[in-house]
Amino acid sequence: MYGIAKDVTIFLVLFVHKKNSLKPLNPRGCKMPNPLLTFEDIHTHIGPYHILHGVDFAVPEGKVTMLLGRNGAGKTTALRSLMGLWKPNQGRITFAGRDISKLPTPEIARLGIAYVPETMGIFASLTVRENLLLATGAAGFQPDRLDEVLALFPVLGQKFAQAAGGLSGGQKQMLAISRAIIEERRLLVVDEPTKGLAPAVILHLIEAFQKLKAARTTILLVEQNFEMARALGDTVAVMEDGRIVHRGDMAALAVDTGLQERLLGLSLAAHQ
Amino acid sequence: MNKLAPYLLLPAVMLAVIPFMSGSSWLALTVAGLAMGMMLFLMASGLTLVFGLMDVLNFAHGGFITLGAYIAVSVLGPLTGWVSSESWALNLLALLAAVVAAAIASGVAGLVFEAILIRRVYGSHLQQILITVGGLIVAGELIVALWGPQPLPLAKPAILRGSFLVFGATIETYRMAAVAVGLVVYAAMHLLLNRTRIGLVVRAGVENREMVEALGYRVRRLFVGVFVAGSALAGIGGAMWAEYQELITPSIGGEMTILVFIVVIIGGLGSVSGCFTGAMLVGLAANYVGFLAPKLALGSNIALMVAILLWRPRGLFPVGGK
Repeated sequence: MYGIAKDVTIFLVLFVHKKNSLKPLNPRGCKMPNPLLTFEDIHTHIGPYHILHGVDFAVPEGKVTMLLGRNGAGKTTALRSLMGLWKPNQGRITFAGRDISKLPTPEIARLGIAYVPETMGIFASLTVRENLLLATGAAGFQPDRLDEVLALFPVLGQKFAQAAGGLSGGQKQMLAISRAIIEERRLLVVDEPTKGLAPAVILHLIEAFQKLKAARTTILLVEQNFEMARALGDTVAVMEDGRIVHRGDMAALAVDTGLQERLLGLSLAAHQ
Repeated sequence: MNKLAPYLLLPAVMLAVIPFMSGSSWLALTVAGLAMGMMLFLMASGLTLVFGLMDVLNFAHGGFITLGAYIAVSVLGPLTGWVSSESWALNLLALLAAVVAAAIASGVAGLVFEAILIRRVYGSHLQQILITVGGLIVAGELIVALWGPQPLPLAKPAILRGSFLVFGATIETYRMAAVAVGLVVYAAMHLLLNRTRIGLVVRAGVENREMVEALGYRVRRLFVGVFVAGSALAGIGGAMWAEYQELITPSIGGEMTILVFIVVIIGGLGSVSGCFTGAMLVGLAANYVGFLAPKLALGSNIALMVAILLWRPRGLFPVGGK
């Protein structure tokens, strides 16, 4: 009798939880102070395929927001829609109070948004220095800022004059992140920085992001590595089939293994 | 070694033919080949950047070569006194006037062509081929309407006529001038691409246009500049080639188009250094094969392209994923 009651209770708790978490939420209704970036009902088509189905979420200023989800959930499409690389067909993306959903990519970047794509976007034939220089203003490097960035990833200083194509995968990712922060930006958008990297490199990247977080850099980070998400995230949005199915504090998701299992397919063994 | 190989190819080809000819023939043919290569480089360098930066296949590029040639005729016609003068300063001034006018006219034509046709077909190679081939036909007819269908003679400046002897080899003066102009343009392009911010953005854009845009650069605007510069260079190449041929026809650019595309493909799409090396190889191959086996001369450049693509399928100096 007790067993049946327990099962029914768990079922009801999960059902109510699922119902709440799967319901598309209005980002304007979020209890989120100072959202720097908001997605409102974003629909994006790629050719004949409808990829994003009304994505809603917000990125608070000075916080790290994790965008999680299984492969094919639409995370990369959401970031590319934000950068104007794939134009949203419907909905509004607002950055610092301005609708940017119709702006061309260069104009979006010039508002102070730095983007690190999943492919890293490193220019292989250019040197490390030239890759970084491309992201600076007309005046070139600010010496203090360059020193700070190279202190974060000292290996880049050692390979400053070498062609970026000769760097390892982890070093390329460090270069991509360095390029994104070589000038002060209002928002850092990073797509799966740990993909395919060795554990030691991932730890190094986590340390680097923690330093950026301590400096109150606003970051929107797509990640499949839950350890990294747990270590860095302040808030989280979870995507599934082109929709946001969960939104809230990362700390709450980090301790709710059932929710992790349901939203991300993570087993306890995967992150304990 | 594999990376060095494309750099060694040019001297290797030059050395490889030495046993088959006398020293003076080798020297004369090598200078002729390099001169032809330099003019080909002028014509092709813009095309490789246009393709590399915006993935645009511009078959109308030959139209800008033709326009440059005809503008040179029109400028040098009234300057006959300067062209045949004993004064080398007047000679060079006439040549400079022709080359600058050809560059400006082809550059302006490129600007109009990009605005009217090219920008409508970004992203579609099939449409680009159709519309640029159509553009080439229309441009050819416009040139016939303006200058007539008959071949037009063009005199070289007096100082660049004739030849001189070096180690028993007869070297045409104009060919040396073409080599000099080509080297100056290559050096200028090299400096522009490697020592300036705009060159850095162009090199990055050739490799990954999307990322350059995500860094805040307006690549579309940059592309228009590159297209205009490429058209202007084609005009300069056309003017130099016309001076070399001394008789021009409306098909002068169309005839060069196939060679220009071979140069761009051999070099690696989007690579200026590749374009330079490719142009030299095509020029040398045409001259060496023309001398050693005249019946094979017509197919020598196609054979060269096939051989290089079998060795390096993305060309001698591939750029990014192209």
